[in-house]
Amino acid sequence: MMKLDSKRVWLGVLLAVSTSAWAATTPAAAPPASHKPHAALAGAGTVKVPTPQSLPRFNFENYTTANGLPDNHVFTVLVDGDRVWAGTENGLALYQNHTWKTYTTKDGLAHRAVLSLALDHKTGDLWAGTMGGLSRVSGGRIESYNQLNSGLSNDVVYGVSVEGDNVWVATAAGGCKLDQHTGQWTLYNERNTPMAEIWVYSVSATPEKVYFGVWGSGILELDQKTGRWDKYDDPDGETEMVLFKDQGLIHEIVTSVSFVDNILWAATYFGDSRYDGRYWHNFLKKDSGLPSNFTNTVKGIDANRAWFGTDKGLAYYDGVNWAVYRPSLKDGKPEMTVRDAQGKVTPVAVTTAPAHNYVLGIDLQGSDIWVATAKGLSHGIRQKP
Amino acid sequence: MSLRALIAGQWSGLRAAFAASTATLALFVVAAAVWPALNRPANAGPRDTSADELDYASPLELVVSPDGGRLYVLCQQSEEIRVLDANSYAVLKTVHVGRVPRGIALSPAGDRLFVTNTWDDTLSVIDTKALTVTATWPVGAEPSGVVEDRAGKRLYVANRISSDVAVLDAQTGAEEKRLMGGRGTSYLALSPDGNRVYATHVYPNASAHRTAPESEITVMDTTRAVVTDRMPMHGIAGVFHLAFSADGRLGVVAGYHPKNLVPLAHLEHGGAFAYTLTLFGADVGKPVEVPLDELDRYASQPFGVVINADKSRIFVTIGGSENVVAIDAQRLLAFLRTHPRPASGSYAQDLSASSNYVIARIPVGHNPRGLALSRDGRRLFVANRLEDTISVIDTRSNRVASTIALAGPNGTNPIRRGEQTFYTARYSFQGQISCSSCHIDSTFDGLTWDLEPDGFGRDIVDNKMLEGVKGTEPYKWNGGNPNIPTECGPRTEKYFWRSEQYDNLTLADLTVYIRNMPTRPNRWRLPGYELTPAQERGKALFSRAVDKFGKPIEEYNRCSFCHSGPKGTNQKLFDVGTRKPTDNGAMLKAPPLTEIALTAPYLHDGSARTLEEIWTVYNPEDKHGRTNDLTKDELNDLIEYLRTR
Repeated sequence: MMKLDSKRVWLGVLLAVSTSAWAATTPAAAPPASHKPHAALAGAGTVKVPTPQSLPRFNFENYTTANGLPDNHVFTVLVDGDRVWAGTENGLALYQNHTWKTYTTKDGLAHRAVLSLALDHKTGDLWAGTMGGLSRVSGGRIESYNQLNSGLSNDVVYGVSVEGDNVWVATAAGGCKLDQHTGQWTLYNERNTPMAEIWVYSVSATPEKVYFGVWGSGILELDQKTGRWDKYDDPDGETEMVLFKDQGLIHEIVTSVSFVDNILWAATYFGDSRYDGRYWHNFLKKDSGLPSNFTNTVKGIDANRAWFGTDKGLAYYDGVNWAVYRPSLKDGKPEMTVRDAQGKVTPVAVTTAPAHNYVLGIDLQGSDIWVATAKGLSHGIRQKP
Repeated sequence: MSLRALIAGQWSGLRAAFAASTATLALFVVAAAVWPALNRPANAGPRDTSADELDYASPLELVVSPDGGRLYVLCQQSEEIRVLDANSYAVLKTVHVGRVPRGIALSPAGDRLFVTNTWDDTLSVIDTKALTVTATWPVGAEPSGVVEDRAGKRLYVANRISSDVAVLDAQTGAEEKRLMGGRGTSYLALSPDGNRVYATHVYPNASAHRTAPESEITVMDTTRAVVTDRMPMHGIAGVFHLAFSADGRLGVVAGYHPKNLVPLAHLEHGGAFAYTLTLFGADVGKPVEVPLDELDRYASQPFGVVINADKSRIFVTIGGSENVVAIDAQRLLAFLRTHPRPASGSYAQDLSASSNYVIARIPVGHNPRGLALSRDGRRLFVANRLEDTISVIDTRSNRVASTIALAGPNGTNPIRRGEQTFYTARYSFQGQISCSSCHIDSTFDGLTWDLEPDGFGRDIVDNKMLEGVKGTEPYKWNGGNPNIPTECGPRTEKYFWRSEQYDNLTLADLTVYIRNMPTRPNRWRLPGYELTPAQERGKALFSRAVDKFGKPIEEYNRCSFCHSGPKGTNQKLFDVGTRKPTDNGAMLKAPPLTEIALTAPYLHDGSARTLEEIWTVYNPEDKHGRTNDLTKDELNDLIEYLRTR
């Protein structure tokens, strides 16, 4: 079931464009009506429009097996204060006090390949989704759940999110929830939700809403107060055509969801989407600063800003402008490009870049960024303008 | 005639019959007529207050007020705090609290007394000036230890069933979070600098089948209220109180070190347990385990521990041995400095070690538990749980100077005498073990054992819960014992005690106690016993007679057939396909389902670590019920229902 029918969406787009303060910008770059510069970027009493010059610049330091990482294939990264966790294909790595420590199955980890991470900010416990189950890391002790020893729906855990006392999990056989107080597992799949496919790639949970990103079945939304499910699909079906750009979710193959400030950011293999509860705004390579439509991960910072991990580099969107960080596709040299509101792309001289263009995970550490890639983990140290 | 008098009269006749006759069978036929009157309804309905067991105080823990003037005694069975003048020992007031209290602690200022109520899942807050309960706050499942941080900002409550530590706002009782503890999290202590809370747990953490048990000391930072460390306790299962020296450099914790991986064959050849202290902190470096036992005298079931102010003495209550061990702390530290430390960090098996530092074993009353020093350190108060007394030990002479009798019934009834027998190690060779060594607080221990009668390395068995055991005979996993007297009498005497036999009357009392163990409230049931939707679906699966393909399920292969009746057993033997190469036979008695959510591991040999594994791993041929047609969510529903049993 679609949230909005095409007619209403189309009307919404018209209204959005006609009432937007961004009307002076090109249609391709103009955000929808709900887009407003982030409060942090706004001056007192005036709206400060982000400029290309304010886009962050980093000095990237890269970690590989050569300097302590257990594996170069890094699926995910998570920052916990001054500690950094990296989920690799060969263990869970912890960077602390300039030293890497690796947790493996010998320590109780469910599987060596760690696909997803989430922090329980209340307890400090880390939850790790792996290819062989879900692990909780607490004070150095690892407790693991799999489909045989627990109610976990499937051993392949692509995503995990902690909300209150609940741990929400995205697996290859549906989503599920672990109530940490009662120990009860609740499974969500085609039998009790509008989920057409059960290959759930991502989950983002808050006390109000829980979103599951499903590979081939769009996005599922659970309203926690009412228990009602909604489903968001690509209005163009499973085709790769985009008849009307902002009429709904950009594609059915959803790889990542990030719900922040009541805004849903979604990544797919065919472009990305932003949804404010009423309007969709989609991002494609051809009409935004995305370096590729093939997006592995999205991390929303707030209602207006987000980071995207694609197969062709790391991208940042500040609500108006875009920046891309990567080794050059031509010669592999460090590259940063900026795309302004008019669509003008300008190179920025840099000496470092993320370890690889295939970006799988992103997290922030203050003004720094950590990037998980297919060939190493990168620490982007923010440079002063 | 009151019920109590009626029972007493019947029991007098019964004991006379015991004394006059050796016809054990006839005896228990008579006893069977009495037991129903004594027994409480299962699953924790309101306690039958007409039974005389309520008359006992059962002092479990005690604390001394900061000014040294008061002694607060937690009386578990009478469900109250007795406030005593710490000098005259006169009762100043009795404050009633919740159901089956277990933990007690004073606020740092001494103005509030916190008491955990294990059957209510609440915390009572007592104003120590008014001596009244000013608040009752909900906490987790089976709250036990409690401690307030130095700033009076947060309360930490150890929840035994949910195996976590609830962090509460110390002023409002609002729960902020729960931190994962070890399995059966129970006892807490605040470090002297107030920076950390330490937690212990009474059941071992989950580990691979037939490997050494693993426990931990959970360390929490009080600034952020998060777990910062877990100190491993390898080979230890059953960890109780812990204490710190005033300078914070020495931590001491009491525990059991079971020898469950070798055949429990001969107590005279090394025993079933070592009873130990684990020391940690700057004084000892890496944690180290030291024994309390001696070659011919074990310290069966250490529980409470306290270190005096100048760190010259450590006192430990020994519940099964009915004494208090006094340790010269400096000699103990010297022993550690002068003796090569084993690679394992444990001296537990060295029965010559304790003579280097144990300076006295002071006899006290039945089942000593909590203990506390007077402010000047000259008196040590010891709560004798099954005697309703407080022993006052002169710490200079290491002798009992006086005994405070708490008001209670005159004499003992069969249940009380049976409980004393259950907890005392006096019957076993060298006083090594009692029933409660493996049935911690009358429950279970989370371990599997290799018992001799079936042959060495044969018939590994999972230890089971005793609550609700009445009416579920035959006993043992293979159904080899027809009744409790056989289970607890000849079998126990021959294979466990290796020493003194029970006389008939003692065995009868023990049997009465076991048959009348109350069943704690089930935490997975909603109030009113209605079921959640998931539990309802699970119940339907439990009862179904047709599988998902429309094929009838044979009666013997339905959950509800073998696990029928209020306790979930039809008391018959079945082959459910779980026989292992080490098992002598395949026929196993259908075990009761009482409180099954609490009693992992599962199956007769404990090979299933969780309820799920019973069916996901150990039921490939559908012999343990037809389950392989179920989806994962349906299996989850079935388990949700089982947890309500």
